[in-house]
Amino acid sequence: MNEQVTGYWLATLLQPLVLLLAAPLLVGWIKRIKSRLQNRRGPAVMQPLRDLRKLFAKQPVVAKTASPLFRAAPYVVFASTLLAVTSVPLWSIWLPSTTVADVIVLVGLLGLGRFFLALAGMDVGTAFGGMGSSREMLVSALAEPAMLMAVFTLAMSAHSTNLSSIVAFNLDAGVVLRPSYLFALLGLILVAIAETGRIPVDNPATHLELTMIHEAMILEYSGRHLALMEWAAQLKLALYGLLIANLFFPWGLAERFTPLEGLGALALVGGKLLLLGALLAVAETTLAKMRLFRAPQFLNLAFLLTLLGLLSNVILESGL
Amino acid sequence: MSTLFPALALTLFTPLFGGLVLGLVRPMRLAGWLNLAFCALSFGASLLLARDLLAAPGGVYTGHGLHIDAFNLPLIVLTSFVGLTTAIFSRRYMLEMYAHGRVTPLRMQVYHAMFQGFLLTMLVALGTDNLGILWVAVEGATLATVLLVSLYRTPESVEAAWKYFILCGVGIALALFGTVLVYFAAQQAIGDPEQGLTWSVLHAHADGMSAPVMAIAFVFLLVGYGTKVGLAPMHFWLPDAHSEGPTPVSAMLSGLLLNIALYAVVRFKMLADSALGQSATPQLAGHLMMGLGLLSFLVAALSLQRQRDIKRMFSYSSVEHMGLATFAFGIGGPLATFAALLHLLVHSLTKSAVFVTVGHAAHIAGSQRIERIRGLIRTQPAVGWALLLGVAAIAGFPPFGIFASEFLMLNATLQSWPWLAGLLLIGLAIAFAGLFRNLQPMVYGSAPEGQVAVRANLWPVVVHLLLVAWLGLAIPPLLAGWLQQATRLIAGGGF
Amino acid sequence: MTQLPLLEQAILVLAALTLLASFSMLAQSRLTSAIHSFAWQGVMVAAATALVAAVGHAHHLYLSALLTFSLKGLLIPWMLHRLVRRLNMEREVENIAHPALVVLAGALLVILAYWIALPIERLELASTRNIIAISLAIVLLGLWLMIARRQVVTQVLGFMSMENGLFLAAVASTRGMPLVVELGIAFDVLVAAVLFGVFFFHIHESIESLDTGKLTRLTEEEPA
Repeated sequence: MNEQVTGYWLATLLQPLVLLLAAPLLVGWIKRIKSRLQNRRGPAVMQPLRDLRKLFAKQPVVAKTASPLFRAAPYVVFASTLLAVTSVPLWSIWLPSTTVADVIVLVGLLGLGRFFLALAGMDVGTAFGGMGSSREMLVSALAEPAMLMAVFTLAMSAHSTNLSSIVAFNLDAGVVLRPSYLFALLGLILVAIAETGRIPVDNPATHLELTMIHEAMILEYSGRHLALMEWAAQLKLALYGLLIANLFFPWGLAERFTPLEGLGALALVGGKLLLLGALLAVAETTLAKMRLFRAPQFLNLAFLLTLLGLLSNVILESGL
Repeated sequence: MSTLFPALALTLFTPLFGGLVLGLVRPMRLAGWLNLAFCALSFGASLLLARDLLAAPGGVYTGHGLHIDAFNLPLIVLTSFVGLTTAIFSRRYMLEMYAHGRVTPLRMQVYHAMFQGFLLTMLVALGTDNLGILWVAVEGATLATVLLVSLYRTPESVEAAWKYFILCGVGIALALFGTVLVYFAAQQAIGDPEQGLTWSVLHAHADGMSAPVMAIAFVFLLVGYGTKVGLAPMHFWLPDAHSEGPTPVSAMLSGLLLNIALYAVVRFKMLADSALGQSATPQLAGHLMMGLGLLSFLVAALSLQRQRDIKRMFSYSSVEHMGLATFAFGIGGPLATFAALLHLLVHSLTKSAVFVTVGHAAHIAGSQRIERIRGLIRTQPAVGWALLLGVAAIAGFPPFGIFASEFLMLNATLQSWPWLAGLLLIGLAIAFAGLFRNLQPMVYGSAPEGQVAVRANLWPVVVHLLLVAWLGLAIPPLLAGWLQQATRLIAGGGF
Repeated sequence: MTQLPLLEQAILVLAALTLLASFSMLAQSRLTSAIHSFAWQGVMVAAATALVAAVGHAHHLYLSALLTFSLKGLLIPWMLHRLVRRLNMEREVENIAHPALVVLAGALLVILAYWIALPIERLELASTRNIIAISLAIVLLGLWLMIARRQVVTQVLGFMSMENGLFLAAVASTRGMPLVVELGIAFDVLVAAVLFGVFFFHIHESIESLDTGKLTRLTEEEPA
């Protein structure tokens, strides 16, 4: 009994550390696959980690016009994202960190990070920063309702907004074809693409002034500030990957944490994330980035899908 | 072995054969005569059918997927009769249109084939016992007439046909949804799914059908088939389609097709009434029909005032009369039902006569615009008188039959909904004013110079108007017997 | 809570996807894409029919499934596609006024359909009968498509997708209508499709466009 409790806390403490390491690796993996698809060798998978280390070693340069908020923002963004990521079940369902938080808190934490990110973008007063912030707000204002609808669809089936309960419910139910899950999954994927700034909404690989969103906001950052911002963005990508993988395909997650099961679950989750990353790379290679003004249409689609998910949950699944 | 089934088959399927043959016949004079001959054959067979059915026990025939009782028998005879008289008129009229270059030989071929196809679908809709087939036939009637409406290929007629196609298509789709729901309700009440759409079986078991499902189904059916009846607010296609098509088609659309759609609604009302009998709203179907009927009646009476096209004016008059009939069927009781049945018959006869006359009038004036049609009685007294008498009949003057049916309706309304009778009277007066305001100059005004008489065939008009006058003065006992029987069937009691 | 067998769950999923196809038609401004959405809808309705046939051992439904697949999945989309090509409208993009509102109104229609069908669903629990609400929604969305759009081809798609919804209702709620009726309906749909094709040409000839907003000759008003 005592051993088990230790195991819990160990798992809870280890989860953020594992994710901190894994998130840059996931980004590296996606870049690698994309390069391969474009017939390039591409950087090593470790490269994002090395970049982070290098950035932390450098002295940050801060503009004269910057307020204290500019300095504080990276820490807030990083901390809120890390907290958010900790509340998502990674390898085990019933962990203290995942049971205290539910989806609404998760969305709130992400919102907090985004709020400071947008403020920081405007703080220095450059044209690009403000532009990026306004675009980010446009996208997130449309993405957030869709995201909430998607998780509510899941919550309605599971009768709980707690992520652990939802995952446990899905794990129990086994293979059930639910039209609402299909819609919610599709909607969540679209939201994830928009929120993490991937093609076709934003392109993480370029600094094209006409189109960039995320990159425009962090243009003024350098050194460890930049490292924190980048790291937070990588964590966010991992977070959405985790949500998709563990909410919709929870098989392999450990109900109660033991080291062995935990490792097995971690391997499975890692595999799912790698697969998702590869799919993302393929999608990004085949799709073209769309005009910014079409982004609302894209997100309307996401909203519609999640709304349909909610409706089909009510209409069709009363008997399920 | 009675000749009942052969007569029935002959009535219903002569037009099928006729349509196939006429689709292949090129010479248009021959086609016109053949068209007439097929219609005559069908009408003759329907008379035979009527005679045999009277001899049959109970006056009902069910079998081979068909169901003939006192309700649809008069309508079948009426349909084949109006088909025949319209074919007589159409033969020469369409040749004139060809001489004026409004149709090509190919389109004449289409016209004659579709004429028969239209009759076929209407007769099948009336005769079938299967509610699914009823739907298929009514939809088929739309498909058959849509090409007839756009026969002249003017931009106006194409537009009218498109509206007709789309609006009726939508309406009829809703009716199919209602039919599906009825089938669904039937499966709970009847064991054999194959019988689930058979009206005669359903009617026997209707009290076992689920009331909420039937209530929803009836709403869809009323809106769906009601579109086809031309009930407001789904009536917008009707004036367009009736005014732009060739006159014989207008006569049949107004005189017959609207009846068929209303017939379908009433058949479903009979089912809904017994299914809803024990529920909280036993009169739901009737009340809905009363509401829509009254609305159509009033909307049409008001719209009559602002018409500039003579065919449009009479189309609105059709909406008005169909509204009245729907209203009367909605009231229920024996008296109102009897009045509604009579109204269907006399309206068909009168309206087709009026459209035939209007066709001649428009031909004389060379326009359908009311202000261009002047002094008919001077140019061609026969047409002028026919129009005058026809409008008098349609407006409900005694001694014509519409007076009788409207009088009965007013009586029935006074008995059950006295305060609605005032509305009816006001509506009738408005409609009357709308018709006669325009009629006076058309008939008596001074004829424009150079207006000459045309070759007119007014026999169908004379026969129709004489029949209507006869029905207004004294309903022959035979027909009265039929209508009484139909009333008992629909309203559940005689008077 | 009872679990439905997997096949019936698949029917529900297909029904939901059919609804999605209706929305995709509503949101598509490109004619050819809308026609493709329609074809997919036909295929999914046919697949749902085949599954219902398999679940209920209703063999005549296999025939209807095949009929639906060939008619609504292949023939009619192909005909429409060919007409669009012949009228040189492949690249035609229809200007939809307020696309987001159109789609949201569509979502409201789904709720309305659910509300209408509620008393029916209360009768029977835990079954594919829930699909009645979805099919009614598809019918209403088809109607909405015809109202919200002015393009003749789109209106035809709306009309035909209404038929899809009706067919789905018949299949899901009652295991299909009697065969005679179904054949009759299929025949009517086919004739309607051919007539629509004829009308494309007539309308194109008379107003040199397929925009029904330009069909405004017939009014009660005095022509200016």
